[in-house]
This record gives sequence, structure tokens and C-alpha cells, in this order.
Amino acid sequence: MLSEIAKKKISELKTKFPERKSAILPAMHMVLEEVGFYNKDILKQVAGLLGLSEMEVAETVSFYTYFPKEGVGKYHIQVCTNLSCMLLGAEGLVSYLEEKLKIKVGETTPDGIFTLSAVECLGSCGTAPMMQVNQIYYENLNRAKIDQIIDDLKMKK
Amino acid sequence: MEKILFKYIDFPEQYRIDTYIKNGGYRGLPKALEELSPVQIIETVKKSGLRGRGGAGFPTGLKWGFVPKDSQKPKFLLCNADEGEPGTFKDRSLIENNPHQLIEGMIIASYAIGAHKAFIYIRGEFAFGAKRLSEAIGECYKNGYLGKNILGSGFDLDLDVYRGAGAYVCGEETSLMESIEGERANPRLKPPFPASVGLYKNPTVINNVETLSNISHIVLNGGEWFANIGMPKSTGTKIFSLSGHVNKPGNYELPMGITVRELIFEHGGGIKDDRKLKAVIPGGVSTPILTPASLDVKMDFESLYEAGSLLGSGATIVMDETSCIVKAAYRISKFFEHESCGKCVPCREGTRWIRLILERIENGKGREEDIELLRDICTNIIAKTVCPLGDAAAVPIMSSIEKFRDEYEYHIKNKKCMVDLGTRFV
Ligand SMILES: Cc1cc2nc3c(=O)[nH]c(=O)nc-3n(C[C@H](O)[C@H](O)[C@H](O)COP(=O)(O)O)c2cc1C
Ligand code: FES
Repeated sequence: MLSEIAKKKISELKTKFPERKSAILPAMHMVLEEVGFYNKDILKQVAGLLGLSEMEVAETVSFYTYFPKEGVGKYHIQVCTNLSCMLLGAEGLVSYLEEKLKIKVGETTPDGIFTLSAVECLGSCGTAPMMQVNQIYYENLNRAKIDQIIDDLKMKK
Repeated sequence: MEKILFKYIDFPEQYRIDTYIKNGGYRGLPKALEELSPVQIIETVKKSGLRGRGGAGFPTGLKWGFVPKDSQKPKFLLCNADEGEPGTFKDRSLIENNPHQLIEGMIIASYAIGAHKAFIYIRGEFAFGAKRLSEAIGECYKNGYLGKNILGSGFDLDLDVYRGAGAYVCGEETSLMESIEGERANPRLKPPFPASVGLYKNPTVINNVETLSNISHIVLNGGEWFANIGMPKSTGTKIFSLSGHVNKPGNYELPMGITVRELIFEHGGGIKDDRKLKAVIPGGVSTPILTPASLDVKMDFESLYEAGSLLGSGATIVMDETSCIVKAAYRISKFFEHESCGKCVPCREGTRWIRLILERIENGKGREEDIELLRDICTNIIAKTVCPLGDAAAVPIMSSIEKFRDEYEYHIKNKKCMVDLGTRFV
């Protein structure tokens, strides 16, 4: 599933650090960028490219929550629900998105376009409530803004 | 007061090397490389009184001085840009708006400790910040500020951005090193300390983004200049990330020692919708909660400690009279349960039990003995774990019971919040 360019870039990481295992997270960031998620086959490929065992790669990757697994929607909506955001309406934001997308937190729309998650502080507490969609931050949210954002994403599909 | 770190924070394209130089940047570095020895730089930083801005407040010059000078091993400088403490968003701004200020500080710090390799470990979610940093680093290589023979001084340094992947514990210094080594980020037992056995088992200094962003200014203006700002033992300015129920949330760079009241009411414009203040968390959710009785406490390492809390990261979370303390504590407990790495039993099990008990109190199923049970669990976590995440999970809960016990009791007895929480998402 990885392109030849990505494979080449990942194998180049092998010698970039004093220890090979240091290349696991950078390689996974490349996977995220190119494929958008990972699965067992991808971990196996990454392990092969880095000259590590599958187990070593899986052991490390499973510690981290940032890389989505296969099945995640095209747009991964991650709403911060930590304290500062909660004080300014994060729960209402989550319910509004649930209503709008007709899914619950942790679910993906049947067309595979949206996944909704509730996450921890994203370092944007002064512009609460906020959410992240894939790599982009959306801040100071209200209903009107959400309507706009979701409409725009649906148009892009 | 003139700002130091945030002076050009809103200046258009300050992130570009030419703008940064036009605004006085890259003047500390040549001074450091041409006029000062590594020992003199460490002395200057010691004299400045600068203390770590990542939360613990350890004296920066002292930390640098711990790196063994006679060791033949390679040395590393790490910048901690994991910024995960809920309520904190200052490092993100420093990185996105003024990356060269950080990089200049890192080059000077590397020269001072004898490191030829440095990393900026940035949390995975800060994709934009990582891109900004990589571009800035590229500019540096092109202009002779990084790489071999920097500015003709003979000093070499390579700097890389290393992206994290969503684990709060990676902000703990030894977990961060495990993470760069490609391991599951469980913290290490100290000693040995990173200054002797750090990244790849080599001598390592790790500092926060804000700490390192101060360095070029200190080298340029002298240690005494910095020591004269703020408080005698908490020198310089601090960036306070103000959030919650205030009219003007945001980052404020102010001298150490301004009061909680000044921060919230003068700078933050007071409480939203003219409501009354109920509580303030002064240093991120890991720090003990304060009541309005502490409004005149000064915000610096010593004063907040004496007031029963901590300066932490300087993230000030404001809660008005409509906030439920039990609910806030419950939310904080969910965070720590989620972020406990699972290495130490008291933290792994304790954070789960704290969450479960707070959940049942919050849901109207609390029992009378729950308050004491919570205190007991907290006591059995504090100081019994490898890293301070355990303490961070327990201390705020303890303090919320101490300061707002009536709210807990009301919740348990009446099976609901003491306050009417209106919906806020419009
Ligand atoms: C659980 C935990 C999380 C931490 N997170 C961060 C962080 O995100 N950023 C940071 O600079 N320091 C963080 N720290 C503090 C670091 O361990 C370390 O003290 C700091 O990076 C040292 O830099 P300084 O001396 O410049 O403050 C954390 C500590 C703990 C225990
Ligand atoms: S609490 Fe939501 S971004 Fe920090």
C-alpha cells in the first residue's frame, strides 16, 4: 500500500539515527501522511524497510494514540474535551457534531467520510472550544462555524 | 514592561529568518561564539537566575553545569516541545510565530554544553509547528547558522525535529528520551540523571521551549539584566496561558510575580458575563486548585508554593460560579487515567479508581465514604511512582477536596451538582 517513494524515504530513515528504532515514529508519520491509517500489513512493511522485527515495531506503535488504525474516516474529527474546552462548551460541541453527523463518539459515518473522537488537550485552550480535523486546527467554534466546516468538508469529500 | 519573548510575536512573518534578523535576531549567537567560552555562557545563565519553564523550575545554568566536561561521549541537547499539560498553549505560539528565537537559544545552549546534535521533540498534533520549525531549520543551514563551522567559529551543530505521537507522558524528560529511542515511552528511574546518562545513554540536557527561547536575550543583555526582572528567586518574565471563563483568554508575557488578580482582571479582562470567580488552577491541571481567597498571591515559583499550589507551566484556568468542582475533578481524573503509561502500579491502578469514584459521585451514585476513599487512594499514589505523573494525578484531586469539600458533600447527598450548569455551546 505504500508508494515506492514512501518506501525509499522510510528505508533512508534506517541510518538517520544512532539507533534504528528511532526511525519507527518518523516512519509512521510518513505512513499517516501517505495512507492516512495503518494496519498489520503496513507495520510489517515498515518493519521490513527499517530492518526491525514486526514485534519491535508493533510494540512501540501501540503505545501511541496519534496514528489512526484502518477504518478511520477520511476526515478524523477530534474534539478536545479537556477542562478549558469543557468550561466553554466542549460537551455541547460534541453533541452537536453527533447530531449533525448522526454518529456517536468513536464511530464513523457509513460512507466512511467522518470519524468523531473526543480527545485530550490539544494546546489550544485559549481559543476554546476547538477541534482538529486531520492535521488542521479549528478554533473558537460555535454552531454556525461547525455547519460551515462540515459543509465544506462534505463538498470536498 | 517591555516584552522579551513576545516582543515580535505578532510581527508579520517574524518566522522568516530575514525578518527575525531585521528585528534584532541572531545577535546573541555571534556574541556567544566569538566573545564567550562555554563556561562563561553557563556562568551568565546562572547569574540570570533563569529557571526551567517546563514546570519544575530547575535552575537552567546549574543543569547545564552538570554535564561532564571531560567525557568523550557525544552530548545531546533536547528541546521539550511536547506541551501537553492541559491549559498550556504558550510553546505552540513561540514555535509557530518565532521559531528562530528558539533555534538561536538552542545553538547557544549546545555550544555551552558541547553538544553537536540537538533535537526538538514536538507533540505530533502540532503539525503546523513542526513544519514551521523544519522550514526555519532549513533557512539556518542555508545561512550558516547550523551545520559545520557555524559562522566561521569552528563549532558544528545538527538540529532535527522529532515528532511525538500523542502521549502526555512523553513530556516527562526521561520518557521523552525513550520515545526518541523508539521505545514505549515509560519513564526511567533517576538517578542516573540525564546530564550523565540521557539520550542513547549519553550526557543530555533537556529544556523547555520557553526556557531556551530566553537564552539569546540573556547572552546579549547579560545575566544581571535578566535577574533584575521579576522576583529575586523567580527571575525574568513568564508566559501565562490564560483560559476558561475570562473575557480575554490568551498568552500573556508578564514579569514573574504579578498577582493572580492582575492576570485575570487587568490583563484577562475579568470574568465572562460578569459572573463571580469560583476557582483558579494556576499552573495547568497538575497543580492544586486555588479559591478567590488567593487572588493576591503572586505568580512565581515561591509564592505559589507557599500558597499551597505550584507555578507549573503557568497555565491559568479560570472557573466561574457556574462551574462544578466535582465535574472538573472528574474530567481531570479521566485525563490522568488515559495518560498513565502503566509502568507503576499505584499510578496505573490509582488513576483508574479515582476516575471511577469521581464518576459515580458525578452521576449521583456517590457514597458518603467516597471522599475519604479518594483521599486514601491519592495518598497512596503520591511519591510512590517513578515519574511525577502519579503526583500530578493525585495532588489536584486532594486539593479540590480540601478547598471545596462542601461541593463533594452536596453532590453525594443530593445526587446532583451544587450549581446549575447552563449549556454553553451556541
Ligand atoms: C508527566 C509530565 C509531563 C511533562 N510535560 C512537559 C511538557 O510537555 N513540556 C515541558 O517542557 N516539560 C514537561 N515536563 C517537565 C519535564 O520533565 C522537564 O522537567 C522539563 O522539560 C525540563 O526543562 P526545563 O528545565 O527547561 O523546564 C513534564 C513532566 C512530567 C512529569
Ligand atoms: S483544553 Fe482544549 S485545547 Fe487545551
